[in-house]
Amino acid sequence: MATLTITGGRVIDPSQNLDQQTDLLLENGKVARIGRVSKPVGPTIDAAGCIVCPGLIDVHVHFREPGHEEKETVKSGAAAAVAGGFTSVCCMPNTNPALDDDGRVRFIYRQSQRANLANVYPIGAITKARAGKELAEIGLMSRRGAVGFSDDGCAVADAGMMEKALRYIAMTGKVVMQHCEDPSLGGGAMNAGALATKLGLSGWPRVAEEVIIQRDILLCRHQNYAPRYHVQHLSSAGSVELVREARRHTPNITAEASPHHLLLTEESCASYDTHFKMNPPLRSAADVKALCAAVAEGVITLLATDHAPHTREEKDLEFASAPYGVIGLECALALYIKALIEPGVIDWPRLITLTSCNGAALCGLTGKGSLAVAPGSGNDADVTIIDPNLSWTIDIDQFAGKSRNCPFDGWPVKGRATAVVVGGECKMALESGRLRGFEAVPAGRAKALLMSDY
Amino acid sequence: MSKQLGNQADDYRWPHRHLLSLEELSSQDIRFLLTTALGFESVSTRSVKKVPALRGRVVVNLFFEDSTRTRASFHLAASRLSADVLEFSAKGSSVAKGETLIDTARNIEAMGVDAIVVRHQQSGAARMVSQAVGCSVLNAGDGQHEHPTQGLLDVFTIAKRLNRTDTFDFTGLKVAIVGDIAHSRVARSNVHALQKLGARVVLVGPPTLLPGGFRDMGCELSHDLDAVLPGVDAVNMLRVQFERLTSQAFPSVREYSSLFGLTAARMQRARKDILVMHPGPMNRGLEIESAVADSPNSTILEQVTNGLAIRMAGLFLTVGAS
Repeated sequence: MATLTITGGRVIDPSQNLDQQTDLLLENGKVARIGRVSKPVGPTIDAAGCIVCPGLIDVHVHFREPGHEEKETVKSGAAAAVAGGFTSVCCMPNTNPALDDDGRVRFIYRQSQRANLANVYPIGAITKARAGKELAEIGLMSRRGAVGFSDDGCAVADAGMMEKALRYIAMTGKVVMQHCEDPSLGGGAMNAGALATKLGLSGWPRVAEEVIIQRDILLCRHQNYAPRYHVQHLSSAGSVELVREARRHTPNITAEASPHHLLLTEESCASYDTHFKMNPPLRSAADVKALCAAVAEGVITLLATDHAPHTREEKDLEFASAPYGVIGLECALALYIKALIEPGVIDWPRLITLTSCNGAALCGLTGKGSLAVAPGSGNDADVTIIDPNLSWTIDIDQFAGKSRNCPFDGWPVKGRATAVVVGGECKMALESGRLRGFEAVPAGRAKALLMSDY
Repeated sequence: MSKQLGNQADDYRWPHRHLLSLEELSSQDIRFLLTTALGFESVSTRSVKKVPALRGRVVVNLFFEDSTRTRASFHLAASRLSADVLEFSAKGSSVAKGETLIDTARNIEAMGVDAIVVRHQQSGAARMVSQAVGCSVLNAGDGQHEHPTQGLLDVFTIAKRLNRTDTFDFTGLKVAIVGDIAHSRVARSNVHALQKLGARVVLVGPPTLLPGGFRDMGCELSHDLDAVLPGVDAVNMLRVQFERLTSQAFPSVREYSSLFGLTAARMQRARKDILVMHPGPMNRGLEIESAVADSPNSTILEQVTNGLAIRMAGLFLTVGAS
């Protein structure tokens, strides 16, 4: 019987309101027991001083396969996920070709199995080729395991099309994730305002996001809030207000925030450094403050990186010409800590809720986001072990992922995932001194160097 | 025939000059018409397939929309009642020259006719004609509103198969109607007929083709055919009406048939004796697999046969009431 015992950690599992120092026994890929294990048999991880929680989940990543494997593949992305402490991720369908049929949904699962690192779940496209004109084969994709639907990268712009999509996807019970950007208002290089004017860059105003959010909320209301609707990477204080009001009427409307929007402002664009070009753009300090407050309040229901790899050649362009996007998986946890735990915005159980439980619920990932031992079969043995006090420096050259477009390079941070278990198997363990019965498992760059077919 | 009326009150008289919708018929009206049809069935099995019920009367088939079986069925029904039948088609008529529906109807009536059977692509057209003329009007399908004789022949078929023709009481029965409910006049007429006879109706289709308003009409709504199938006595598969779809209603034919098509594999979930119905024309391989359409469960050809007696009864009663 394959077992792994994690001893002496602070086990935090918000799904069962648990926060106590104890041991965790994993057996045959499932959580078998929470409680003192007096004489552990087999491999053990000493988690003293660490937090032990359900594996972190990121519902918004871009793995570029198929089509742009030079930026990231399912395998390299899964390696980046594990290096950052994530056991499950949901990849967006803006690949080339788009993930818009059941065959491609299946392809992502197959690549995920081959990588055998983090679980990679596919989000299916809402419309064929994400063109916003015709429904994609949503029913067939759902049946094949698509865990949500999105045209991420762009919004479903046409109101009639979106109304139909919400109605149709509600049939599957899956969530609709919207990239909220009205194409006739958005599309600029940075936040619209005085700074953009001074820099001579085109603006992407808050209203481009807010108008889509408000429209979609009205469409959901028109359907008696039956659809499950999720606002991706919310960026403005005005958007927070809209989502807050909507959530007074329904829990089916949810929203996420990304680490860069919680820590950075448009001022960063002043140097024309393209690492600060993202979509939606960085906004003002007031927006950052509103987003953090929304996280504390529960208006923002989960955190997601929008991990968006691009090659160096693409980012080394003039600001207006460079693609949008930043990578996030390998430093997200430390950034969440910096933005939310260190200033006392939220506590650890809440952070685990936002980075694990709620993602599993949003995408219906059964067996994930909880360490509860259910009668019959427990939840999957996906566990992240976090040393909350470990100080380190973000170094893009140590990343496992293929791309380096990270604006946080060189930042001193505190807190890091030191071991990750997926399906009962240790996929990453940094400190050999804490391990008994097995060797350290490399992560980051060290892992990437060992991987074939990268 | 009076013996077969069973539970009908002795002083009942058919009160309708027109047959425009099943919504406006009472359950007593429907049972009376079905019982009348039962009496006309034997005409088709005689060597001389005619009765003199409408001898000397004139019935006009006024069809503004393509039809094969309904038109032929009404023609034959009128012939068997010994009426003279005039075929009028929108193509090559004065309609093509810009005449209004009301003028067309009045001109035809002016030739001295007793009944106009009208099919039109617009909802409400049959009622409009009925208000413009003095003779009887029978609706042979108006847009996506109603197709009363289809609804009647469907319940007639169910009653015959399930031996309920003595009372035409459908209490305890549950019928699923599957497919493009939104654009279907057959669905609407079936809902009224089935509910008035006491059956429960569950409508199944993609959300884009299943308006929530049907819930207000007392129907159960579902998007999951697999879940519905085991609990129903009959399943009525509607044709996907591509000609009525103004925008994409489902992602692909492949997805539609795998979610809502009645396949032999899916039939494994149904009761052994489930009735499989289809108003025709079928898109074989789309909403219904050939193996199912041609199976012993299928009532598809019986529906066509039964249509004749239903339309004889409809013509006989409405013209007789004028």
